[in-house]
Amino acid sequence: MRNKLNKIVTFAALATTLSLTGNAFAASITGAGATFPYPIYAKWADAYKTQTGVSMNYQSIGSGGGIKQIIAKTVDFGASDMPMKPEELEKNGLMQFPAVMGGVVPVINIKGVTAGQVKLDGKVLADIFLGKISKWNDPALVALNAGVALPDETITVVHRSDGSGTTFIFTNYLSKISPEWKSSVGEGTAVSWKTGTGGKGNEGVASFVQRIKNSIGYVEYAYALQNKMAHVQLKNRDGQFVNPNDESFKAAAANADWLKAPGFYELLTNEPGKASWPITGATFILMHKAQTKPETAIEVLKFFDWAYSNGNKMAEALDYVPMPADVQKLVRAAWKAQIKDASGKSLWQ
Amino acid sequence: MPTFAHESRIKYQHWLDIVFRNITRLAAFSVLILLLALIASLVMGGLPAIKHFGFGFLSSAVWNPVTDEFGALVPIIGTLVTSFIALLIAIPISFGIAIFLTELSPRWLRRPLGIAIELLAGIPSIIYGMWGLFVFAPLFAEHVQPWLIEKLGPSPLFGPLFQGIPMGVGILTAGIILAIMVIPFIASVMRDVFEIVPTLLKESAYGLGATTWEVMWNVILPYTKIGVVGGIMLGLGRALGETMAVTFVIGNAHKLSTSLLMPGNSISSALANEFNEAVGELYTSALVQLGLILFLITFIVLSMARYMLHRLAKREGT
Repeated sequence: MRNKLNKIVTFAALATTLSLTGNAFAASITGAGATFPYPIYAKWADAYKTQTGVSMNYQSIGSGGGIKQIIAKTVDFGASDMPMKPEELEKNGLMQFPAVMGGVVPVINIKGVTAGQVKLDGKVLADIFLGKISKWNDPALVALNAGVALPDETITVVHRSDGSGTTFIFTNYLSKISPEWKSSVGEGTAVSWKTGTGGKGNEGVASFVQRIKNSIGYVEYAYALQNKMAHVQLKNRDGQFVNPNDESFKAAAANADWLKAPGFYELLTNEPGKASWPITGATFILMHKAQTKPETAIEVLKFFDWAYSNGNKMAEALDYVPMPADVQKLVRAAWKAQIKDASGKSLWQ
Repeated sequence: MPTFAHESRIKYQHWLDIVFRNITRLAAFSVLILLLALIASLVMGGLPAIKHFGFGFLSSAVWNPVTDEFGALVPIIGTLVTSFIALLIAIPISFGIAIFLTELSPRWLRRPLGIAIELLAGIPSIIYGMWGLFVFAPLFAEHVQPWLIEKLGPSPLFGPLFQGIPMGVGILTAGIILAIMVIPFIASVMRDVFEIVPTLLKESAYGLGATTWEVMWNVILPYTKIGVVGGIMLGLGRALGETMAVTFVIGNAHKLSTSLLMPGNSISSALANEFNEAVGELYTSALVQLGLILFLITFIVLSMARYMLHRLAKREGT
């Protein structure tokens, strides 16, 4: 009798295990790439799993790694802070769409100067990072900041020491604004800096700026907030000085013309609009257009569809900016038009 | 049939011996094979950069991922200079620690001090890095660097080494943190070798009226120099390859500067920073080649140490 009971229990346990693993196997998606959106992807994944039982496993190995992994098809989707150019997408049979946005914020450490007190325009910012403006009381800085006591001290520039999408967005903005920056430094996830010292990751730059007197650096907005750092106001394309916040990031995204951007290759730097923050950027998801595993691809699309519809609050809580509704509509249309199974049938209906 | 049983046992033992010998041989050769495989993969990974840049890679100070131009001069100099500073500081201090522990310290203090030093050697390097960045660098920038810049900066000979702005991080800070990290290694090796000097020798010297310093310099050091050099090389090996602690405090700038207070870069730190996000074949391959160069530098340093020890041993013989 006892033996029989044992057997039944074992069998039941075995069956449960099997069915559990079976479930997990059928409904689990994997992605890899950018580190910047990792916190929100992880949060979405957690909430999505409790609601649907589908688990999403995201490895934040860096944008470069994400691109390599999706091309090699070792993951179901890749993630990159730097959008791929339409011709590169074409070459690798990929499509991309923006998932969430954030802003890059110049932060400073000058004794007695608080957040938003110092105003900069793009050219001055570029000249500081080029090493051409080396003192805080340079006439160009004083002219923009009447009434602010800027010290007669050398500016220490802090930049990223590792490759990063944040650096890409920042240098892309400087390249758009300053011809000299464009010709002598250019844009990229890592560039040849003319001056300054490098910190690893947003947290590295943040801690250097906090510790080095009279320094200036650039970090993701969330890091500036969390570390209570003094950000600057920037002059946007419409000549207005704006503070970095959700509103000004959203304004930049709303004024971007996604419709005219083939393959969503849209960089939200230096966008028009009175309230637009000039250094805004989206982070992107990469997927193969021709899907050999349509069931998994549908799960990936369902996940991001769910995130667009239900994940905005979570994104805002982590200081990310959700994609505007009309952009989400465009993305869903792109899914329908581009992602297909082997027979050429659209996966997203 | 006792003889027969005996023979079979010998046979069995002989067979065991063969098995054992081959297992140890396999173990020894596997290290060699791993080493060769490592070199081969570094050379293969670095081949595109080697082909593209040639020997110019070693002498160029450019590091531009945008235009795909790479040169290793800045990280090579950074690695060598920080390690040199580390040894410059660590050798005399370790020497002092070892002498105090073996000759001068009261007996009850020896064990706790010795254990403390060994504990220092066991602290993970990232802790040194964090301590360097969060505690040491701000203090250094606040209290020491301004003084260095003011007092030594204008002097004609060493002046250029101490100019700039007090940032806290930089080549000198990296060298000092490295020194703190290698001191326990060098000191504990020195202590161990000093301890094996026969008491008879030391007592005789003291008996002849020698001071502690004279005993140290004329008896203990000549007796232990091979071990001492070995300890220093152990420290140097660690300093050359140290990654995390250096990354935190060296400043990570691909810039050549005469000043030790300015940020620089080391090979291992450049690798740790840039490998993850390196895009493009040439960029990745340039980083792999940097790894190969670090491997060669370490190899050359260790060979030089071996050669020195060999020479010392030979002189002793004649």
